[in-house]
Amino acid sequence: MEPLALINLAVFLGVLLLAAYPLGLFIARVADAQANPAGSILGRVESFLYRIAGVDPQEDMSWRKYAVSLLVFSLIGVLVVYAVQRLQLLLPLNPQGFGAVSADSSFNTALSFVTNTNWQGYGGESTMSYLTQMAALAVQNFFSAACGMAVAFALIRGFARRVLASDAAGKNGLGNLWVDVTRCTMYVLLPLSFVFAVVLVSQGVIQNFDEYQDVATLDAVTYETPKLDAAGAPLKDASGAPVMEKIVTKAQTLAMGPVASQEAIKMIGTNGGGFFNANSAHPFENPTPLTNFLQMLAIFLIPAALCFAFGRMVGDMRQGWAIVAAMSVIFVAFALLALWSEAHGNPGIAALGVDISGGNLEGKETRFGAIASALFATITTAASCGAVNAMHDSLMPLGGFATMLLIQLGEVVFGGVGSGFYGMLIFAVLAVFIAGLMIGRTPEYLGKKIQSFEMKMVSIAILATPMVVLVGTALAVMLDPGKAGISNPGAHGFSQVLYAVSSAANNNGSAFAGLSANTPFYNVLLGIAVWIGRFGVIVPVLAIAGSLANKQRSEATVGTMPTHGPLFVVLVIGSVLLVGALTYVPALALGPVVEHLQVFVK
Amino acid sequence: MKSILRPALVLFALLTLLTGFIYPLAVTGVAQVSFPQQAHGSLVMRDGKAVGSTLIGQAFSDPKYFWGRPSATAPMPNNGAASGGSNLAPSNPVLLDAVKARVEALRAADPGNTAAVPQDLVMTSASGLDPQISPAAAMYQAGRVARVRGLPVGEVQQLIARNTHGRTLGIFGEPRVNVLALNMALDQGK
Repeated sequence: MEPLALINLAVFLGVLLLAAYPLGLFIARVADAQANPAGSILGRVESFLYRIAGVDPQEDMSWRKYAVSLLVFSLIGVLVVYAVQRLQLLLPLNPQGFGAVSADSSFNTALSFVTNTNWQGYGGESTMSYLTQMAALAVQNFFSAACGMAVAFALIRGFARRVLASDAAGKNGLGNLWVDVTRCTMYVLLPLSFVFAVVLVSQGVIQNFDEYQDVATLDAVTYETPKLDAAGAPLKDASGAPVMEKIVTKAQTLAMGPVASQEAIKMIGTNGGGFFNANSAHPFENPTPLTNFLQMLAIFLIPAALCFAFGRMVGDMRQGWAIVAAMSVIFVAFALLALWSEAHGNPGIAALGVDISGGNLEGKETRFGAIASALFATITTAASCGAVNAMHDSLMPLGGFATMLLIQLGEVVFGGVGSGFYGMLIFAVLAVFIAGLMIGRTPEYLGKKIQSFEMKMVSIAILATPMVVLVGTALAVMLDPGKAGISNPGAHGFSQVLYAVSSAANNNGSAFAGLSANTPFYNVLLGIAVWIGRFGVIVPVLAIAGSLANKQRSEATVGTMPTHGPLFVVLVIGSVLLVGALTYVPALALGPVVEHLQVFVK
Repeated sequence: MKSILRPALVLFALLTLLTGFIYPLAVTGVAQVSFPQQAHGSLVMRDGKAVGSTLIGQAFSDPKYFWGRPSATAPMPNNGAASGGSNLAPSNPVLLDAVKARVEALRAADPGNTAAVPQDLVMTSASGLDPQISPAAAMYQAGRVARVRGLPVGEVQQLIARNTHGRTLGIFGEPRVNVLALNMALDQGK
């Protein structure tokens, strides 16, 4: 392994922890509804919002009310995002005159953005008006991230709340969803995004409402395109083949738009939905190695910070460090695999007299190269971000393996904003439970007894997504409309489908993008997958939180298993890898493993 | 239910106003004042006309110009209004055929050059709009460009060196040469 790759990885983790720790302490204050973390002026704006909305910020919601409120808020988002896409031609800020997005694509995109997935079956710069991007899609980038943080807060409160002997049973709630969403948006996501957006513009990310710009290029381009008749239908020759027309042009059209503002929250909210089709590979989204580093940092920033916020809120920072440690160990292992894999280019290409010493550069940008691309690919799939600065479909087989398995582990290695944290805590509860079985004691986590109700909900939260992935993939490779989308032959074609359903169900949103997924079949299948993958986890997590909030918090004794030492970290890592491996190894063997042998074994 | 619907609808509207309108407009305002050139696409002007963006690659096929990364955009390469990659898998024979054709085109344009072809000249970029190539890919083409333009090779190589950017802070990204800037420098020097 090149030392430069290891230096990049080490610098990334070091800067991440330095930035995430103080942010985590700040987020803990945001989660405390009594604190006024951003000064009294913003505090007054906050109170004003509650007054108009009829919110009683003192209300302590039961887990059911918290969950229903979250679902209602999300459903409103689905309806609005759907409607704006369908009506964009009638709305302002559409200089290119893009027409209504198809019903199935709008359905998919609405669900996908509301669930923090940002799976994209469409190409942004050729489909969406500026208004759709800015006021529908980017708004959900904020809301879905804020909702994820809210659920994380609720779960932490479940552990942190104490029950007094005088309390009525079931009295403790999980906090107030409206307060959590508002405060996360106003105090965390907006300020971070604003600063980041301005930094991005300084580096070359565009931010305007201009029409697309036509420029006169230096050299002429010659290309062939199907000739159209007067009605706009392609002409066919006697044998039925399309008649091609040769075009020579010295013009290039450059897509424009309010990119930086959307780019910032796209990364900070671990959303990943690009303004442009090429996402963070597009030079107008990610122009320099510096923006690339900051984008990688932005993906992991809040997920890492939430672990520290957890430590602060439960009154024991070591608990937060243990979760960060478990996430970091898994992340480093997968990053090393991806870095190693992409550093070794394609032997078939070398045989053609090509120098492949820079690694695998198909589908990669020159300014990033193999190292910054492999690192970005690992980060974006460890977190449920799904932004890409290189085309994952063209990763080497084991690079594709690493990214796909990271998604399939449930997006808990840092994971999405909020979702990564509560997902990992579910695995921590599972680890406590398994350890409890082994030593024959009632399992406890942070002093709260883990009993049958909690474990039922943990099972649902852990199993909902793999079920969707495996059943969905099986359906897609059996049915003709599913097979029709595959663009690469052999084992890799299967990988394209497996990656797509894994990405959707785990709310990642990246793709092996050769798959033609903007079809009614995939739009509906993946739309359903993103919804179950999001709320099939959130609802059981809130149920667990609601149950824990009303349990006595017992003090640690000599018989209590500590949940902050290396032993516990290993147990958590073990339960994540065990569940992931048992579920997905057979499918992965048919995809990337076979492809690796095809490429490397002669 | 009403106790949920009112806060949901009103907060949705208010926070949309904040994050979907006020926020992007505020960023636009700051960007237009502080970084107007970047905010509008880092356009490059020649004789008062926009000839491209420093950030967006153009297609070059004339042997007197340095060629950039191959582009998989449709219908024409380097389509600035429809970015995207080839999405060809390493195991896909179509990839090998495409690379082979590009290697042959490079060799045909410069028959005397027997060096191994730098892979960024024959592998498509992720965006289809990559504005840069590696210094090795520029050096590989220096002989051809010098011969066609009747320039000493050393002069062309110096021009490449002057247009080469190193890694950021010595560790981030890869060394690179902006193809449009290099070609414009060549045209000016003629």
